[in-house]
Amino acid sequence: MFLYILPTGSVAASVVRKSRSVYIVKFANPNKGRKIDMADDVLFEFLHMEIVSHIYKDQASVGGMDKDRATCVSTLEGMGFRVGQGLIERFTKDSPSFKDDLDVMKFICKDFWINVFRKQIDNLRTNHQGTYVLQDNKFSLLTQISSGKQYLEDAPKYLAYSCGLVRGALSNLGMDCVVTADVSVMPSCKFQVVIQKI
Amino acid sequence: MAVCIAVIAKENYPLYIRSVPTQNELKFHYTVHTSLDVVEEKISAVGKAMADQRELYLGLLYPTEDYKVYGYVTNSKVKFVIVVDSSNASLRDNEIRSMFRKLHNSFTDVMCNPFYNPGDTIRSKAFDGMVSTMMVQTS
Repeated sequence: MFLYILPTGSVAASVVRKSRSVYIVKFANPNKGRKIDMADDVLFEFLHMEIVSHIYKDQASVGGMDKDRATCVSTLEGMGFRVGQGLIERFTKDSPSFKDDLDVMKFICKDFWINVFRKQIDNLRTNHQGTYVLQDNKFSLLTQISSGKQYLEDAPKYLAYSCGLVRGALSNLGMDCVVTADVSVMPSCKFQVVIQKI
Repeated sequence: MAVCIAVIAKENYPLYIRSVPTQNELKFHYTVHTSLDVVEEKISAVGKAMADQRELYLGLLYPTEDYKVYGYVTNSKVKFVIVVDSSNASLRDNEIRSMFRKLHNSFTDVMCNPFYNPGDTIRSKAFDGMVSTMMVQTS
């Protein structure tokens, strides 16, 4: 069990692990007593960091170096996938049905991204054949990491969850796809979505 | 008030089906099953001709002698079907709409439950309770 304590000494959130991929998070109401702006964003970022480090620590104690890198990424991706499936169900509840794939991608770039990361995707590019590139110039899960080259190779583990999020959302809307992410300069990153045509 | 409420998965298998306890429960299953063809037809029509009119509510699917069948499809292509008694003339389109909206809200809650596996039969008590409020009360 983890507890997140605010500087004021009150408990912001607690996390209990139920099973391999199920965690229960209880958030204290940040608006209780006094207003703390942006507190809910910070909680998500903390939780995400903790999940990543927990999964890597867990795997490191088991063994094998190369093998567990892949399993950690896929565990995180799987968690994101399930969350994405649930979230998209909620976000699209009041929106009209989508015309085509591009319409869906626009929804992901605008509404979905704003709801999850508090900002829009900065650039969406497509070749109109099922490949989309989503560029975020200041990705919120990377902003806490130094913008130099030092931690560049650690970046993928902080992107696996978000890749799963996008893949889960798209899969629930009937678009099976592969999502990969890459980082060249630190707070910015690119998500590449390749739709699997049957 | 409805006599049968069903939730159908993207791949057209039932996630949840509930009808008022009568002698021929199977008849409702049959009615819902038949309605899926009409739903499919309406969805594909939306893609082409009615590009501006993209609503989740599909309206009356088809009337039979005793029942009226209404449909609704979410963005994730999960279908909701509500069967109401034809004799119940007081039921307006608006009321059917609000029933579907309530159903959709509850379904979203089920989907966001981490202990629910997408694609499994819905066993949620909260969902069950909500459906009960929309069913015809038989005493």
